[in-house]
Amino acid sequence: MPATSIALATDPLLRFILRRADDALVLGHRLSEWCGHAPMLEEDMALANIALDLLGQARALYAYAGVVEGAGHDEDAYAYLRDPADYLNLLLVEQPNGDFARTIVRVWLYSAFMDLWWQRMTASKDAQLAAIAARAVKEVAYHLRHAAAWVVRLGDGTPESHQRAQAGLALLWPYAGEMLTSEPDEAALIAAGVACDPETLRAPWLGRVKAVAAEAGISLPTTPFSQQGGRRGHHGEAMGHLLAELQYMQRTYPAAQW
Amino acid sequence: MHLLLKFIDFCKIVSYFSGLNLKDVAMYTQGLTHEPEAAVHAVGDEAALTRFQARIDGEQRIEPNDAMPAAYRRTLVRQISQHAHSEIVGMLPEGNWITRAPTLRRKVALLAKVQDECGHGLYLYAAAETLDATREQLYDDLLAGKARYSSIFNYPTPTWADIGAIGWLVDGAALMNQIPLCRCSYGPYARAMIRVCKEESFHQRQGYEIMLTLARGTPAQQRMAQDALNRWWWPCLMMFGPPDGESQHSDTSTLWKIKRFSNDELRQKFIDATVPQAHFLGLTIPDAALRFDEATGHWQHGAIDWEEFRQVLAGNGPCNNERMAARRKAHDEGAWVREAALAHASKQAKRAA
Amino acid sequence: MATPRFPLWEVFIRSRTGLAHRHVGSLHAVDATSALDAARDLFTRRNEGVSIWVVPSASLVASDPGDKAMMFDPASDKIYRHPTFYEVPDEVGHM
Repeated sequence: MPATSIALATDPLLRFILRRADDALVLGHRLSEWCGHAPMLEEDMALANIALDLLGQARALYAYAGVVEGAGHDEDAYAYLRDPADYLNLLLVEQPNGDFARTIVRVWLYSAFMDLWWQRMTASKDAQLAAIAARAVKEVAYHLRHAAAWVVRLGDGTPESHQRAQAGLALLWPYAGEMLTSEPDEAALIAAGVACDPETLRAPWLGRVKAVAAEAGISLPTTPFSQQGGRRGHHGEAMGHLLAELQYMQRTYPAAQW
Repeated sequence: MHLLLKFIDFCKIVSYFSGLNLKDVAMYTQGLTHEPEAAVHAVGDEAALTRFQARIDGEQRIEPNDAMPAAYRRTLVRQISQHAHSEIVGMLPEGNWITRAPTLRRKVALLAKVQDECGHGLYLYAAAETLDATREQLYDDLLAGKARYSSIFNYPTPTWADIGAIGWLVDGAALMNQIPLCRCSYGPYARAMIRVCKEESFHQRQGYEIMLTLARGTPAQQRMAQDALNRWWWPCLMMFGPPDGESQHSDTSTLWKIKRFSNDELRQKFIDATVPQAHFLGLTIPDAALRFDEATGHWQHGAIDWEEFRQVLAGNGPCNNERMAARRKAHDEGAWVREAALAHASKQAKRAA
Repeated sequence: MATPRFPLWEVFIRSRTGLAHRHVGSLHAVDATSALDAARDLFTRRNEGVSIWVVPSASLVASDPGDKAMMFDPASDKIYRHPTFYEVPDEVGHM
């Protein structure tokens, strides 16, 4: 493995794969931060399971990215040896965990979308992506159910939990729109049936989110989806700290095997 | 397929131990050795006690609703809950490295391992609850500083090599203790331990693999590995508890087949198994007095600093305060979540009624 | 303040189709949904199951260990319930 950051090719398929791989890696990383610190031991188990599913998705996607790029990069080169601007994840997933309510609301918003997205991707013309989707779709269906059940519990539970769920949603809502937007370089992939157009999932996603919010007794924010940029490598401040931890070993001991 | 292999490994380990005839102490429950146990004769009438002992001697398992001496129940609640606490507090030193694991393969393995420890805590709390303790009370006792957990988790994990050393040495030492507990006289504890031991089979191998990679790595990695061994070796030997001669407790736990092996003999077993593994890694055990005794076939070790052990148990180890603070923080900050879950469930029940 | 109690549930897992659900342990959960989730996360991380039952522990009715002699010993001498009680000549073959 090279000691310095790798340079990324501009191949649209590579970038399409890395965007989703980075989402899974970064959210998996965030959820793994809870391990040992969750509100109850059962939720330590649950959040770790979700994190492990996401890290597994990231690894499968990175492995495929390596094949697509053909530059000899393995999963760790992608995960650990890029400059911050070359990480293409959603701003939504890089936000700090906050409290348990915010953490759960994020898993809910993300999974409500990814459940639809992976379902669509099972029919991708790219056999490898379809195969990864076939596995991921089962995992994310469970994440969605678990997180949505918690959103209802928190929204309905006590005044404090209701307020925290509502606050978490308000904070994350501006970032949610980035999931629903495709990048310009994805148009050809969408046309070829390799990629799924997230715009087409906007209405079903919103419908699902509305239904759960109604059951939870929380209201959806009316603020716009104002925060975008992660897909192009324009990250917020939290991302640098996340990468400082994630990359610490690889950066401190270049070229070592672990 | 690999699950099956794991189980075969597990069976091998069990048969390895069943040939021994040692006395036992539970290392994750080492605090027990400092607490006087109620005398057997303080509880129940003689005839009942004789019947109970006959069942134990006949290798019959005791089940939750069976008649049992109050001291047997108390001893078990204390031992099982200390064991559970150790698993839960034990998540912290390794959890310290989840976000910094050097590769994705190491990251998922470590996260799965720390998650397993949480699961083991849950199995054990459930076993303790069959004795009419409640998990909430046991846990509150831990947070209030009224319950003990293994001294080993009060040591820090400053480098990645500590993750290797914990898996190799701490989990290796724990397995020495836990495998005989699979035959403990109390059914729910024994069953929990069978599950724990099956799952732990990957933990020690995971740790040794990390150490091996470091030992075959760069000079910086080799130094890191040796440094971790230097720091963990003696605390691991202390995990087995004080020397047999200094053990204050009566041997009722042995009589009742809760414990089946003694501190010193288990410690010796661990040393004999581990020294060659260290040599294979090309690492040096930090004990100038360590030598192989041809006559006995055992490795003889130098003097253990029992004052350090006492200090760590007394709360003065390097990380006692941090560990308890982290558990209390998680518990306190989670209170509103647990209240919300209960409140929602109760509202739902009312709506359904 | 003492930590409030979550109800206790008993967990039964069918390891694969064709086998019965078997008791594997217990856990705490506020409701049936979270009990199922927790059982899944706690007891089936290594492919141990294809189906889970959770039952409130309070709903289990158990025999009293004190009744053990009365309940179970009477069955111990009814050897005629077992096939080995009956003599069939070897020449007849397996029966």
